[in-house]
Amino acid sequence: MMKFISEFRDPARARALAGEIKKLAGGRWFNLMEICGTHTVSIFRSGLKSLLPPTIRLLSGPGCPVCVTPQRTIDSIIARARKPSTIIATFGDMLNVPGTTSSLREEKARGADIRLIYSPLECLTVARANPEKQVVFLAIGFETTIPSAAATLLSAGRSGLSNFFLVPAGRLIPPAMEFLLAGEETRIDGFLCPGHVSVIIGTEPYREIAERFGIPCVIAGFEALDILAAIRELLLMIDEGKAGVRNLYPRAVREEGNPRARKIMAEVFEVADAEWRGLGTIPRSGFILRPEFVGYDIDLVQPVEIPPAEENPLCICGQILRGTAEPDDCPAFRTACAPSHPLGPCMVSSEGTCAAWYQYGGDSVISNR
Amino acid sequence: MELKNKITLEHGSGSREARELISNLLLPGFKNRYLAPLADAASFKSPGDRLAFTTDSFVVSPLFFPGGDIGKLAVCGTVNDLAVAGARPIYLSCSFIIEENLDLSVFKQIVHSIGQWAKKAGVLIVTGDTKVVEAGNADKLYINTAGIGTVPDGLAFSPERVRTGDAVIISGTIAEHGLAVLAAREELDISPQLKSDCAPLNGLTEAMLKSGADIKMMRDPTRGGLAAVLNELAEGRNWGIELLESRLPVHARVKAALEILGLDPLSLASEGKLCAIVGEKDAERLVGVMKREPAGKRARIIGRVVREPRSMVILETEAGGRRIVDWPRGAPIPRIC
Repeated sequence: MMKFISEFRDPARARALAGEIKKLAGGRWFNLMEICGTHTVSIFRSGLKSLLPPTIRLLSGPGCPVCVTPQRTIDSIIARARKPSTIIATFGDMLNVPGTTSSLREEKARGADIRLIYSPLECLTVARANPEKQVVFLAIGFETTIPSAAATLLSAGRSGLSNFFLVPAGRLIPPAMEFLLAGEETRIDGFLCPGHVSVIIGTEPYREIAERFGIPCVIAGFEALDILAAIRELLLMIDEGKAGVRNLYPRAVREEGNPRARKIMAEVFEVADAEWRGLGTIPRSGFILRPEFVGYDIDLVQPVEIPPAEENPLCICGQILRGTAEPDDCPAFRTACAPSHPLGPCMVSSEGTCAAWYQYGGDSVISNR
Repeated sequence: MELKNKITLEHGSGSREARELISNLLLPGFKNRYLAPLADAASFKSPGDRLAFTTDSFVVSPLFFPGGDIGKLAVCGTVNDLAVAGARPIYLSCSFIIEENLDLSVFKQIVHSIGQWAKKAGVLIVTGDTKVVEAGNADKLYINTAGIGTVPDGLAFSPERVRTGDAVIISGTIAEHGLAVLAAREELDISPQLKSDCAPLNGLTEAMLKSGADIKMMRDPTRGGLAAVLNELAEGRNWGIELLESRLPVHARVKAALEILGLDPLSLASEGKLCAIVGEKDAERLVGVMKREPAGKRARIIGRVVREPRSMVILETEAGGRRIVDWPRGAPIPRIC
């Protein structure tokens, strides 16, 4: 197994790639956006910024599922957690996200029944064991995660479980990329496209974006060499004036993606306009349940009253998700806002940009010796 | 009267049942002449001029995990706290807080484990206590141990003595205890099974001290792993620590499991490892000494003390990049996509 990790971190090859990147960049400034939170974390964990010339700016896009979930969704799930008849099932990253007045962790401390799960299918075990309770799964995530939520729902239906529900909060990546490019708020010279999402959606959805906006897109794996190779590829494409999609992660991503996962997803969900934290409403960017499955949508079956949601006014997560600011630009970073007392989700999620800057250092401390 | 098969409130009440639990189970389990009189306090001659004294509580869940149990942990934890302070552990206390209805067979097994590991570590359990609380007021069993050890003359562990260029040594592979307990608790199906490294370190530390090497500091990277102990050492100092990821000993299976879970080996606990900061010129020789001890077989230098950046821990990554090693954040939670 280790054979498939170490060679993707080989320091000699990393240095060689970094050298080529420096030469290609030739002192010019480039804004490259990695659209996936796992890329962000990998870039920081392997210290790649210290290997790259300072003129290559890596912007973190809206690719952290927890971070883009609107405050209103978080508030409603917190309100729901307070009901004694409810068990909330969620991925662990959601626990510390601050709602307007509380967080799931605080509710858990006050006695709410909140289960951390690793796979949505675990919800069914919980639902079976607690027939008198409603088990509500917070279905956040992108094209990577949503198929398993769909499979869980179908499985609940087949086994006749009547106490499993979900909050459909899934999002699609390509519409967010289009939105950022169309907004022209940030100059983006190339996209490092998400590996996991691409495993599902394949290469095609990026092609239209690449052609329409004349922008190079490179699908990359998550190891240090994967990312460096993708950056080099982006610079080559920029210099050749080539818009298009290149897949540098063929060991996981096929051109056609995973049609079976997409089929299950489409069986259960349909695409609709959706709100993203920091970006607002993006057309056709979210998943809602198909009419025949709306009985699983807890917000429709049993709406909760919540006061208007408020984001902390000091928090600039929105700008960070759009790539218009970096954590160092935020006056609250490392002071009013830290992992132990986060103001916004970017500091909470293990894939959040602020959390990565905080934990691994995004500044001069670790710059080239 | 025969012991019933569950721990009840009577076992902690000063009743006949309580006395029987002590006489039939704890006394034979911990057998030694200081405990035998069952007095309110153990009485002994001072084992040395300079003593070290420590205490630790153990609340691990589950009580049994691959490679150990709460009893073994309660002995090794306190023995190791003394050992890395440079002391030779001699006497331990052992107190139980038990949730009623705990299976007596479970308690017996843990008492047996404590006795066995105390013997292996060469320490005596000389005093203790047993309390039982109502069901729901504790999670099965908590143990507190305190320990006394003797400190050799002239021992001068102090972060004040750390200098640029000093070596950072680890005694073996890291992150095993944290991962094994996490896997057992979350019932993660990792096969083959990963074992905790829980083990006493006093044999190793004795050999290290005997070598005469210029050891400036020793710590055992338990909660929070190496990331926590090294940050604790570096904080507020006019030096920093630079680690080399390629030098970190991590068992291949552990590394693979951590990759999948998205966890950093630097922030997971070991319970049978120590790290030491050692004068540059003694470092290689000390590693040689450590390797001859069972607890130090995979000892190696993993980094050094640097002038800049000060007060911080920096990692040179496998890929050759550099990043901060910060204090671990909360409980390790696997990533979601």
